[in-house]
Amino acid sequence: MAEQPVGSIMVVGGGIAGIQATLDLAESGYYVYLIEKSTGIGGVMSQLDKTFPTNDCAM
Amino acid sequence: MTLSELIDVSGEAGNFTATVRQKPRYVDMEKCIACGQCSEKCPKKVDDEYNMGINKRKAAYIKYGQTVPLKYAIDAQHCLYLTRGKCRACEKFCPTHAINFHDSEKIFTFNVGSIILAAGYKPFDPTPYDHFAYQHAPDVVTGLQYERMLSASGPCMGHLVKPSTGKEPQKIAWIQCVGSRDRSRTTHSYCSSVCCMYAIKQALVTAEHTANKELQQTIFYMDIRSHNKEFERYYEDAKGKGIRFVRARPHTIEGGRNNIGVNISYCLEDGRTFIENFDLAVLSTGIEASEDVRMLAEKIGFALDQHGFVTTSSFDPVTSTTPGIFVTGAMQSPKAIPRAVTEASAAAAEASRALVSARGTLTRQKTYPPEHDVSGEKPRVGVFVCSCGINIASVVDVKQVVDYAHTLPYVVHVENNLFSCSTDAQEHFVHIIKSHKLNRIVVAACTPRTHEPLFQDTLREAGLNAYLLEMANIRNHNSWVHQKDPQRATEKAKDQVRMAVAKVSLNYPLKNLEVKVNPKALVIGGGVAGMTAAISLADQGHEVVLLERSERLGGNTWHINETWRGTPLRPLLEDMIAQVEGHPRITVYKNAQIKTCIGSVGNFVSKVEIDGEMRAVTYGAAVIATGAKEHRPTEYLYGQHPKVMTHLDFDAELRDHPAQVKTAQNVVFIQCVGSREPERPYCSRVCCTHSVQSALKLKELNPDMNIYVLNRDVRTYGEREDLYVKARERGVIFIRYEVERKPKASQNGGALAVDVFDPILQRDIQLPADYLVLASAIVPHDNHELVELYKCGQNEDGFLNEAHPKLRPVDMTVDGLFLAGLCNYPKPIDEAVGQAKAAASRANVILSKTTMELDAIKSFVTEKCDGCALCLDVCPYRAIKLEEYQRDGATHKRIVTDSALCKGCGLCQATCPKEGVYVHGFTLGQLKAQVHSALEAI
Repeated sequence: MAEQPVGSIMVVGGGIAGIQATLDLAESGYYVYLIEKSTGIGGVMSQLDKTFPTNDCAM
Repeated sequence: MTLSELIDVSGEAGNFTATVRQKPRYVDMEKCIACGQCSEKCPKKVDDEYNMGINKRKAAYIKYGQTVPLKYAIDAQHCLYLTRGKCRACEKFCPTHAINFHDSEKIFTFNVGSIILAAGYKPFDPTPYDHFAYQHAPDVVTGLQYERMLSASGPCMGHLVKPSTGKEPQKIAWIQCVGSRDRSRTTHSYCSSVCCMYAIKQALVTAEHTANKELQQTIFYMDIRSHNKEFERYYEDAKGKGIRFVRARPHTIEGGRNNIGVNISYCLEDGRTFIENFDLAVLSTGIEASEDVRMLAEKIGFALDQHGFVTTSSFDPVTSTTPGIFVTGAMQSPKAIPRAVTEASAAAAEASRALVSARGTLTRQKTYPPEHDVSGEKPRVGVFVCSCGINIASVVDVKQVVDYAHTLPYVVHVENNLFSCSTDAQEHFVHIIKSHKLNRIVVAACTPRTHEPLFQDTLREAGLNAYLLEMANIRNHNSWVHQKDPQRATEKAKDQVRMAVAKVSLNYPLKNLEVKVNPKALVIGGGVAGMTAAISLADQGHEVVLLERSERLGGNTWHINETWRGTPLRPLLEDMIAQVEGHPRITVYKNAQIKTCIGSVGNFVSKVEIDGEMRAVTYGAAVIATGAKEHRPTEYLYGQHPKVMTHLDFDAELRDHPAQVKTAQNVVFIQCVGSREPERPYCSRVCCTHSVQSALKLKELNPDMNIYVLNRDVRTYGEREDLYVKARERGVIFIRYEVERKPKASQNGGALAVDVFDPILQRDIQLPADYLVLASAIVPHDNHELVELYKCGQNEDGFLNEAHPKLRPVDMTVDGLFLAGLCNYPKPIDEAVGQAKAAASRANVILSKTTMELDAIKSFVTEKCDGCALCLDVCPYRAIKLEEYQRDGATHKRIVTDSALCKGCGLCQATCPKEGVYVHGFTLGQLKAQVHSALEAI
């Protein structure tokens, strides 16, 4: 463990998990680099029509 | 950063150098306004991977309509110019000159303290397996393809059709476990954990996408695994709505006659075989670890398990084997959205825990120019009418709207923008606001739900108060729904703009509220979940008070021997208790119960009874982890015969009397005792795995022991499936029973026996039992006092509710409260630990701030309030209280509102008969002006 840690964090993957981790960190005082392989974030969840059990629109 | 991949990591935890490769987009993100011209003019069509190849997109494309960032890209593999050197149509037609064919690959290095891996999974590809006929039969699709077919934004626009004929399907089959639980043809022995529920969801949702009254949905399955909160109800509901569930694994799928439809061959448990024709077959394809993960693991050095998922441990479920590198989502193991989101928060907590001393050192605070005082000024309204590319302008005549807006009172500037939301438009707005001395702004564009914060920010940049803005939604409320009537749509747009101008003229500056945050945390419950949350919060630098109702910490974990991975729990538990009790920032109160709560997020005060004495505790946020307990069965001779035991009893027996257990010849387990029954219609999630694990333990003690597990479905979800496979290999016998035909336990002179109907033998059998182990349900504690105290929610079964089951799985409905562990729903220890870390992460978002900003749209009391208190009953947030005050020697009543609790819904204002309470931004005067303005046209 480095003696003087760096106050930034890299999140690899912009699906729902990566987005949530990024938001939590950015909102609690850390600089975040979010790295996404494709042209936009959203991942598989954005492809879903609806989610159960609430049948909410996944988008 | 999009189009980017992590390619190398060096350094150590706390100080890594991460190397990222970014592929060229060939579109300048600053200039692109997402008008879609490039894509429209692009001549090259390619399979649209977002729609799983069902339709085509162009080589100049946008991933999907709502992509973030909303910027086009050029697919270098297919672009005619980039592959053959000719075309450049996109470049020619791009109105903002955003196309840049000189763009090139870039390598970046970043200095970061921790890394979170959330790279997801790869959907299983059934193409190489001919028995699924996926490659040859057009009417065989994968689960994700079907998802796109159902989607209103998908290639079928939400109208379900058979790929072969383009006609609506009537008989649809879902085939479960495609690429999961399959060791004969694939290497995926594990369960993908999500497919049962997505198939049931798709089957139910299908009914909404077809007018076909004769629709028949059939799901072919081995075990239905609806082990999440509310899922069992959803499954029962599906059965009630006529979805047909067939317990069979079809061995062959073939295209139907002329390759239209499909023929599915299957064999039932009783040996009968069938070939059935369906219009469409959906393969419920599973989750697979992606190749990228393996390459990254090789490069960085973290370990993967046998299935290619990132190795973690039960008490550190988001920590990889490389210090400083954490993992979440399906990359760690197959899981559904709620757990992925939960563990994302947990990973955030873990990744930042070691970096606390550097918190806030790299973040920047945005600054704004001082606010211009508009009081006493006559309104000078600016109206910006957006074309939204062609979204609005193809229906509404925006020029007419612009001309009309010029005629409205107080309007001094009107203009039209192609995209009012583009970055360059914001700079332009700031300039216009300043140069025309505008003091009220109307943006006639899309929905304030997504775009109001952006335009409010622009106003602040121009030195105007953010609340001097009004939006007229001429897209969602107009051009999208009146496509066929452009003329009347244009008239409506004028009405909308007129109403917005009328209202904005009465808008006045509002200040966002700031509340001071008490950085202390309260954790209620001293089991593993509560202790984990307490340690995580204390390590983030917060003072924590931990309340435990009994006289010792540890909760249920004292009574469980091992985690599902076989890790002994006692040493881990003792370590954890020592850590909590020795932590300088954690105060533990045992024999303690919370009695009262006042205040709201950022500032709560509670009275706590500790050993009979009352004490006040103040805190900014709380984690509730009050646990649950094992159900005491009332059937199967429980309590009447000493060898009939629950799981926890049997764990104690294995712990304390292993020699005696070893002598047993026959052990019978009965699953779902008290779960999945009308009285308790939920799955207790952990019991199948626990029984299988106990059975394996018994086989270790004595390989010749006869072990029977009587079950309804075996729900060893995810990688727990490996235990089920192993148990069968060791000779454990699994017999299925129906809830209508439960096993019967009997004793004859002290000898125990269980009678059960075997569906494969098709006859009743009797099993002798030296031990009868009941996989008893997990039931919640009585939470009603807590629910009353905090006004939080619980479900019908008595488990505490999260704010949203998918997106806010650890937040409670009351701001500032978070939950973890069994009080939310039955779960194994690793998931409870993950949830506790997530709850700590979410609480940390509040506690790490000194002040919290709340928006200004809140209720306020006027002189006219006479304390009739009608509004108290309608306020859903309990933000209104009644108070007494003295005036002219008499006692009067009036209401007071708590701005931190108020959400500005306006129910109080609508209920009040005396104009005694208003909501800022929506006062009666403002609303009246809008209504009068609307009626002007009539």
